Amino acid sequence: MTASDTGPALLEAAGLTKRFGALVANDTVSLAIRAGEAHALLGENGAGKSTLVKMLCGLIQPDSGELRYRGEPVVFSDPATSRARGIGVVFQHFALFDALTVVENVALGLPKPEPLGVLAKRIEACVGRYGLSVEPWRRVGELSVGERQRVEIVRCLLGDPQVLILDEPTSVLTPDESEGLFRTVDLLTAEGRAVLFISHKLDEVRRLCQRATVLRGGRFIAEVDPRRETSASLARLMVGADVPRTAPLVAHELGEPRLLVKALTVAGDGSRGSALHDIDLEIRAGEILGIAGVAGNGQTTLFDALSGERTSDPESIVIDKVAAGGLGPTERRALKAGFVPEERLGHAAAPDMRLSDNVLLTTHGDGGIVKGGVIRRAALQARFAEIVKRFDVRFGGRDPKARRLSGGNLQKFVIGREVLREPVLLVVDQPTWGVDAAAATFIRTTLRQKAAEGCAVLVISQDLDELLEFADRIAVMSEGRLTAPVPVAETSREAIGLAMGGAAQESVHQGEGAHAVQA
Amino acid sequence: MHDLTILSAVLASVVAAATPLLIAALGELVAERAGTLNLGVEGMMIIGAAVGYATAYGSGSLVLGALAGILAGTALSLVFAGLAVWLAANQVASGLATTILGLGLAGLIGAPFVGTKLTAVPQLNIPGLTDLPVIGEVLFGQDAFAYLSILLLILVWIGLGRTRLGLVVRAVGESHSAAHALGHPVRRIRTLAVMFGGACAGLAGAQLSLAYTPFWASDMTAGRGWIALALVVFSAWRPLWLLAGAYLFGAVSILQLHVQGFGLGIPSQLLSALPYLATISALVVISALKKGHGAPASLGVPFVPDR
Repeated sequence: MTASDTGPALLEAAGLTKRFGALVANDTVSLAIRAGEAHALLGENGAGKSTLVKMLCGLIQPDSGELRYRGEPVVFSDPATSRARGIGVVFQHFALFDALTVVENVALGLPKPEPLGVLAKRIEACVGRYGLSVEPWRRVGELSVGERQRVEIVRCLLGDPQVLILDEPTSVLTPDESEGLFRTVDLLTAEGRAVLFISHKLDEVRRLCQRATVLRGGRFIAEVDPRRETSASLARLMVGADVPRTAPLVAHELGEPRLLVKALTVAGDGSRGSALHDIDLEIRAGEILGIAGVAGNGQTTLFDALSGERTSDPESIVIDKVAAGGLGPTERRALKAGFVPEERLGHAAAPDMRLSDNVLLTTHGDGGIVKGGVIRRAALQARFAEIVKRFDVRFGGRDPKARRLSGGNLQKFVIGREVLREPVLLVVDQPTWGVDAAAATFIRTTLRQKAAEGCAVLVISQDLDELLEFADRIAVMSEGRLTAPVPVAETSREAIGLAMGGAAQESVHQGEGAHAVQA
Repeated sequence: MHDLTILSAVLASVVAAATPLLIAALGELVAERAGTLNLGVEGMMIIGAAVGYATAYGSGSLVLGALAGILAGTALSLVFAGLAVWLAANQVASGLATTILGLGLAGLIGAPFVGTKLTAVPQLNIPGLTDLPVIGEVLFGQDAFAYLSILLLILVWIGLGRTRLGLVVRAVGESHSAAHALGHPVRRIRTLAVMFGGACAGLAGAQLSLAYTPFWASDMTAGRGWIALALVVFSAWRPLWLLAGAYLFGAVSILQLHVQGFGLGIPSQLLSALPYLATISALVVISALKKGHGAPASLGVPFVPDR
């Protein structure tokens, strides 16, 4: 069964509008999903994709416009109604219960109670049919991100949905896991179900989808056949202009080693981070080292160990020739190191503090802004203004609370705060996670430039394309171990992907595999 | 033989002392597993005690008194539910307000009954079994409240762990946004859980004024609501540990009375504080050993659906 242009729409949104205060999140947006097709919903952050999805499944109500299911108007007053009509959603932030088992989680998504033993059998049958792998009796809190996503998908599938909505499903998966997901999607559409695939990874959309709806600034822009488009033409539709690429590598000399990590071993603490085993790495002034890997393989622990939130043997971490393993974050910052954690709200920035006060969080020890324990407001405001201006941080009001900013703008603020401290070492965890393309490019260019000025930069990222685009060398983290870093020109997506899955422990070298390297 | 009789009587009074704590804590446990931290337990208990006593005194029926206590506790819990669940107010503040309101109202309702007495709720003796030495009176010579508390424990234990409704309650307490996304009526479930907590607290209060000390005094709950709250936390939200905690409290509070009777020269205030100290330190140790069984993840977080 393949989609034809004349095929009837299974689920249709006609002229949906949704306002949040002054913001028009969706402005007369239309979308038609047909049976048997994988339909992509494309758009930058803030284009209104999430709002549209929430209206499609009844989480929020449109202010005007109409939903139609198999041609007849429907009102989804809540998610239960839409699910009863055959619409299943897998959200980007999973709606799972960590403390409960897989079966219990699935049971909660079903309209009728069912003995858990019987349900476990059904889960196993579904898992077999669609090539997913899920163990019914494990606690969800113990599962990896990929496994959690499969739990969500199984939960949806047991409700026998006609339309399955996947919200940025591959952003958390390894390349291998993504392929597995694509096979599942192909099986589902072959059965005549429709899949709405929300993503900003254009290659995947072109590989998987027969149709794509593009949103920009809350408006419907176009419905296209992604197989007939190029990634560049799709990107142009999304952004409305040509997307700038990260400035090409600037040739420069490598200097002194700024960060030396020797046999760093950290015990896991059970809940938050996994353990680290024998990590060795060296970053010299002027280079960017990328660390790839699937979330939950020790990256968070590595970041904490480098930033000083967890201490280790003093000699195991050397920052700019000073043994720093036993020092706390403030003392490490005094060595001119800067740290940007993954979580923007609550880790990099205090959500309910004003932005200008957030500047203080990492600059209080630098002198200049705080003298003799007293905050110098004028100096603080000057630094704040400089961050906002140089890093193009956009927000409403004069000095809002950090939580009011969009993800991209807050990330620009946080990066700017660290960069203006003139660090000799920058450690950045997920620099562009959830940030739109323009801001992401800006952040990468900034980091590139810092490296060119002689800063050593360590970037931890799950986005392989990003690392291939702007890192000098790449190492892969898997189960708390780090492979030896390899120059980007000497490796490939495939080799790194394998190492991410833990297949190759030694290194990600691939002799003649330079074909996949991008600028 | 004489010693055995004393031992039997002491053990029986331990059960009576533990019963109100167990009942109130079970109710609060359900409310907290649904994600609502109701600090109004003390208030709901005392209003249950006052209304239960007044009704029983007026009507002469202990059953009506107990029912009235349950209703009063439930009614007061609705005040909390309205504030904390439907208006998404701060749960700590709402709970404290509920307690203060309950204490004040109970004083008002109870004022005419100061100095009166009731005939206590009778023991439900089972011929033959009650006459067994030592354990006979402990196990089979209790009043209806004690049996009800054990029934309630089994009900909550099985209900939370084994039924669909219990699963939904736990889910709502674990992640209200996920439960909402799956279409479970978060606020309605939380309201019901809070009402169950209120009913239990009201019943526990009625036990105090109808059975344990069958007269009215304005501060007769004496902080038992707070102990019930502490029991819930330190039992790591597990019903069976609640049972252990409640009975430990009951045992120490009876023992210290007997120690006071011996006249060992220990200040009586210190001895009176002993049950509270013993229970909390025991439960702190337990909860430290049982790391990982954390609080319901959404406990105390107001839920506001986005629309």
